[in-house]
Amino acid sequence: MTAPDPRHDTLERRMPRADPAAATALERTWRDPPGIIGWFAAINHKTISKRFMVTTILFFLAGGVLALLIRLQLAQPNAGIIGPDRYNQIFTMHGSTMMFLFAVPVMQAVATYLIPLMIGARSLAFPRLNAYAYWIFTMGGIMLYAAFFVDAGPDAGWFAYVPLSGPQYSPGKRVDFWAQMITFTELSGLMEAVVIITTILKLRAPGMSLNRMPLYVWTMLVTSFMVLFAMPSVMLASTALITDRLVGTHFYNPGEGGDALLWQHLFWFFGHPEVYLIFIPPLGFISSIVATFARRPVVGYPAMVLALVTTAFLAFGLWVHHMFATNLPELGKTFFTAASLIIAVPSAVQIFCWIATLGSGRLHVKTPLLFVLAFFFILVLGGLTGLMLASVSLDTQLHDTFFVVAHLHYVLLGGAVFPLFGAFYYWFPKFTGRLLNERLGRWNFWLFFIGFNVTFFPMHLLGLWGMPRRVYTYPAEMGWGDMNLVASIGAATIAASVLLFLVNVARSLRVGAVAGPDPWGAGTLEWSVASPPPMGNFEVIPVVHGRYPLWQPQPEPTHVEGMSNEWREVLVTTVADAEPDHRLWMPSSSVWPFLSALATTVLFVGSIFTPWAVVWAAVPVAVATTIWFWPRRAVVRERVRSELRP
Amino acid sequence: MNAAMSSNEPAAAMQDALRAAGTQAQHIGALWNGTLVLCTLVFVAIVVATIVAVWRAPRADAATRPDTTSLEGPEHRIWRRVGWATGAAVAGLLVLLAGDVFTSRALARLPLRDAVNIELVGHQWWWEARYRDGDPSHEFTTANELTIPVGRPVIVTLRANDVIHSLWVPSLSGKKDLIPGRTATLRLRADRAGTYRGQCAEFCGLEHALMALLVHAVPPADYEAWAARQRQPASEPADPVARHGRDVFLGTSCVMCHTVSGTPAQARTGPDLTHLASRQTIAAGMFPNNRGYLAGWIGDPQALKPGVNMPANTLPPDDLQALLAYLETLR
Repeated sequence: MTAPDPRHDTLERRMPRADPAAATALERTWRDPPGIIGWFAAINHKTISKRFMVTTILFFLAGGVLALLIRLQLAQPNAGIIGPDRYNQIFTMHGSTMMFLFAVPVMQAVATYLIPLMIGARSLAFPRLNAYAYWIFTMGGIMLYAAFFVDAGPDAGWFAYVPLSGPQYSPGKRVDFWAQMITFTELSGLMEAVVIITTILKLRAPGMSLNRMPLYVWTMLVTSFMVLFAMPSVMLASTALITDRLVGTHFYNPGEGGDALLWQHLFWFFGHPEVYLIFIPPLGFISSIVATFARRPVVGYPAMVLALVTTAFLAFGLWVHHMFATNLPELGKTFFTAASLIIAVPSAVQIFCWIATLGSGRLHVKTPLLFVLAFFFILVLGGLTGLMLASVSLDTQLHDTFFVVAHLHYVLLGGAVFPLFGAFYYWFPKFTGRLLNERLGRWNFWLFFIGFNVTFFPMHLLGLWGMPRRVYTYPAEMGWGDMNLVASIGAATIAASVLLFLVNVARSLRVGAVAGPDPWGAGTLEWSVASPPPMGNFEVIPVVHGRYPLWQPQPEPTHVEGMSNEWREVLVTTVADAEPDHRLWMPSSSVWPFLSALATTVLFVGSIFTPWAVVWAAVPVAVATTIWFWPRRAVVRERVRSELRP
Repeated sequence: MNAAMSSNEPAAAMQDALRAAGTQAQHIGALWNGTLVLCTLVFVAIVVATIVAVWRAPRADAATRPDTTSLEGPEHRIWRRVGWATGAAVAGLLVLLAGDVFTSRALARLPLRDAVNIELVGHQWWWEARYRDGDPSHEFTTANELTIPVGRPVIVTLRANDVIHSLWVPSLSGKKDLIPGRTATLRLRADRAGTYRGQCAEFCGLEHALMALLVHAVPPADYEAWAARQRQPASEPADPVARHGRDVFLGTSCVMCHTVSGTPAQARTGPDLTHLASRQTIAAGMFPNNRGYLAGWIGDPQALKPGVNMPANTLPPDDLQALLAYLETLR
């Protein structure tokens, strides 16, 4: 560790370190193999997570470029820059990219880095599954963009309503690529959820009972359980769509007894919780950032946790508010109005607790905090327009107009992207060892904040003035031209801001201020290790005595003794109280998760073209996954030898 | 409105949820106003609270010793404040819920006596309207433009034959989806005479953007006169050029898709043209119904509305002019 100052002194006294030889052995044990094959064999959670984050940010940039194209076309009435066919592909790709390839996975990507460090673990549970999930995700995204670049990009919207997305009205392979992309990303998302839940429930450091978990860890636990319940719904929906398209089933064909609304129910039963999959992890970012920069714990820990759990439950009872314009019974819709209003209560509780935290703390105003403060402006506005959309009657005017476009961007950017940028500024020193530049950070923030509002606020008015969504052009005499031009100028401002962020990252990676383990004086465990952390995260496994271990006195015992440095050994603890349960050996690095993902990709992509691919491509998948799980004799022998028998 | 509006373009009809011209839109507008006031107050309160909190809190840096007293005991004063704020939030939400329920009730209570019944069918990318009546001889079909009587309720029965569309005439009423395999109804009443524009609100494919609809709300007497004209079949054109045009219409591919009642043309793939000349626009509310646009549309519809299902028709110039003359007689 570098730059000892008084704070780090106390920290090092509290968090004992292993002797250098043990630390070196530990580093060697947890390191991934070198070379090109080693690169594909990497399973260390930090390595995979960094790739995962970079991949999702690349998709974010791609989705952003598509958004700029949309704004270019809509800046003027009757513009002919992009024709309807290309335009429909672009807005479908923009929505699908942002929702499926950026917003949900980036949250999982960040979590797979931070969770083990926050709970005092040396690894994620199932590190190979984590690697496999990453590769599956990446290949699904590449497939979608490959299709787009050969003019086979999906064009039925990110929501792909049937019958428009069905075989009769979307011939060709475009929608098949979309539906198969869902299969890829949801498979990946489900596996990540399993990995995160298991990690949180079984790998916490001794003493970190559930009521001592950092709030961010709670958000990821809640989110991951939501993934388990929400994603099967969309996988079912998209699989039925694929079979309708490829083998002539009629799930959604009203002419053959199918139902067009079935798709909407299944899609939104996933789609509404998905909003909260995107929104809840950032609540954890905010809790982390607010506590650190207000120099005090977040007000009302139990209320915060209960609010998260309540949000998760209620999120599954709102889906019909996306369908208020359909002919569902009016009385039943009122239930969903009430549910959509109630879900504002837990969000309000959290917002009030954060404001109370800020008001009763002492503020260290840095870029991460600025991005969080923007949340209180943007997300609150988006939340309030959400209450308007929750009303059946108001929604019949606002639904499918630019008002909704404004609302969803206020919620998703204000609720997720702004806190995410704050989180990057906050944890970037942990990821890389260097701080992002503060001056560029402020420019980044203010351009983003102003550009965002200039882009999206006018869209509220456009919606009220009658402009529907998903139109590639509009007549001049509608009078929508001026506000659209304003919105497009705002979009360019956002682009400049994001560019500035990239410049900041590129610059800071080389010449940024060296961070040291804890540049912010934060209270949670990830700040107790070096930046970037060693491959095995913790030289010794800490014992946790409070919610903010680095801020509170650290009584005995301070750490766990006797863990192997020669094998990838982790300590498994009990679910509720995190009492030591048993020792577990984590798997070695392996190229087979990558190869299995490759085989799975062949199966998924092949089945777009022929159902027989499901049969013949199952063979390489079976072979690859079998080798992946094949135990190594030497390891088993060592493991048996290491067991302590009574 | 845009000053550059040229006389070639159709008159800008109102399409604005904030300018209600019908009972239903008025009820929703009232709810909108109330909701906007309440939400604005809440927004201002939260933003002010945040600014005050940030303003008043003392400044610190990373070395400032964290204040962990809250981990030792409860912070009653702060919790009370959070509790009050939460209580206020719940009260506000109950007000919104009540507003929604009462508005829904008001919308449902539109008196329906003496209603005009219209069956509206959504197609890619145009609207087919059948005016229903107890007396079958009073029924007629038109497309893309509805005429309704001011002050009388209208029950629009919504169906779709291909994909999902959504009827939205914001100045008159909220929107309702047209879903294949399902039948929905929308009830509305225009209270002021005028032309109101609507547009398909559910993404329905390539030309979703160019699927508009005009609603002409006219005094009841004018409506009856209009309906009486619409019930008449097309009359035999007097002018020989127009008669030649009719022969062109019946002798080329026009007849494969369109109806002109009173003639052998009875196909229903495309819009009913029996009273085409009485409509202000063509191509689902997109272009003015004049000779120039009509000629362009017949010759190369793809140039005006790429992807439209109408094929191009290459007619000799004389035939085209005759056809246009005929179409202009269809009043």
